[in-house]
Amino acid sequence: MDLVTPGFGLVFWTTITFVLLMFLLGKFAWKPIIGAVNARNKSIEDALKLAETTKEEMKQLQADNEKIIAEARRERDALLKEAREMKDQLITQAKKEASDESQKILQAAKQAIENEKKNAIQELKTKVAEISIEIAEKILAKELENKKASEDIISNSLDRLTLN
Amino acid sequence: MAYNTIKRSFFAVSVLLLLSLFSIASEHVNAQANHSNSEKVDVNKAIFDHISDNHDWHLWDVTDADGTVHAVSFPLPIILINTNPFSITTFMSSEFHHGHSPVTKGKYTYVMHEQKIYYADAQGNLTYDDKGNIINNTPLDLSITKNVSTLFLAALLMILIFMSCAKAYKRRPGLAPKGLQGFLEPIILFVKDDIVIPNIGEKKHARFLPYLLTVFFFIWILNMMGLIPFFPGSANVTGNIAVTFVLALFTLIITNVSGNKDYWKHIFAMPGLPLWLLPIMIVVELIGIIAKPFALMIRLFANITAGHIVVLSLVSLIFVFQTLAIAPVSVAFVLFMDVLELFVAALQAYIFTMLSALFIGLAVQEHHH
Repeated sequence: MDLVTPGFGLVFWTTITFVLLMFLLGKFAWKPIIGAVNARNKSIEDALKLAETTKEEMKQLQADNEKIIAEARRERDALLKEAREMKDQLITQAKKEASDESQKILQAAKQAIENEKKNAIQELKTKVAEISIEIAEKILAKELENKKASEDIISNSLDRLTLN
Repeated sequence: MAYNTIKRSFFAVSVLLLLSLFSIASEHVNAQANHSNSEKVDVNKAIFDHISDNHDWHLWDVTDADGTVHAVSFPLPIILINTNPFSITTFMSSEFHHGHSPVTKGKYTYVMHEQKIYYADAQGNLTYDDKGNIINNTPLDLSITKNVSTLFLAALLMILIFMSCAKAYKRRPGLAPKGLQGFLEPIILFVKDDIVIPNIGEKKHARFLPYLLTVFFFIWILNMMGLIPFFPGSANVTGNIAVTFVLALFTLIITNVSGNKDYWKHIFAMPGLPLWLLPIMIVVELIGIIAKPFALMIRLFANITAGHIVVLSLVSLIFVFQTLAIAPVSVAFVLFMDVLELFVAALQAYIFTMLSALFIGLAVQEHHH
């Protein structure tokens, strides 16, 4: 029966020891330990939350970047197109100008040739007239000396003279 | 409910163990009665002495050249309160010479018989009645016994362990736990997150956490110290009904002091009950207030004491059969039991804490009708 009868001494000392232990551990062990664990949990939670918001921001930033890149691409395309058009226009204009100029030069050359030709014919006509007069002069002189001889000279001269 | 099944089965086991204890205790008396054969070791007495409290811390025995056996032990302080008139007497337990000689201090002569201290007559003799019971008065015994000194040792150990653990948090704030801190933190958080909060609730748990954490580690460490077979272990502290009584009393007080309006309403005016049933229910509920911590007290006491008895009985097989050949069997079984008891040490600490948290939780929970 002793085994199941609480002894007063042990009850007394257990109570004192346990109360003291609970007080000391509560103040100097459980409170700082639980406090530190809670603080650490909170800091981890905060860090995770921060990571989440940063990720969200990154996503936003990426979307913005993509938008900017798309814009830039579109602008570049527009610029390229404009440049190409301008180039085409320039080429056509240059071609047209060049052909005009060549036409003009050709025209001028034709004109010059025509003029030269006219001049040459005029000069030839004058020369022929001069030669004719000279011949006529010589014939006339000869005729006056020898009718026969003058006739030969005229025919010879005319044979040698070729007109083209 | 799973809890009820566990509780019922534990209660059944506790009752069975208690009954077996009584039978051992009575056998012990019988064994003493025919103690004529001095060759034979009184196993019951040996076991009973080991699981009871002691005024000496027994280390080992030495046999003199002439064959007398002397115990080598630490003497512990004896503190006696005399009530009429009030006075305190202190001396070391070695003065009793293991109960062989009376000690006279002032006007009193004290005699220690089977670890109990009595007032004796001037010659140091005790008086017996017809049935052989001692009828002498006893002083109030507040001695630092083996159990009390183990209690102090465990408390000191816990203060050292947990304060150094708390210091580690201050030294490395916000960092991952390391070393002793790394070992203890999961256990502390297990008690907090898996025992206390589920039973009491997030909102109110902080107030009861210091008690429940202390009680958990207190029981666990004392259970394990009891498993160490030599100094500074071996004391059957959590297997002593006085210790479990105090711990259960704390749960009883905390439960009822922190019980809210709903808790008392459920005891004295259970809602939805016919009026004529109320008187019966009040009695039942009042018994329940006591029965819950009573079960806590018996459960821890019986489990730990039973473990000690089983281990000691297995060792005693050697003396019962009076042959060393049985020793390997004893050692094998003791090893198995010690490993089991190591588990039981943690399990009982867990159950005590869990049920305390449950009782407190039931007393403080908000009902929604």
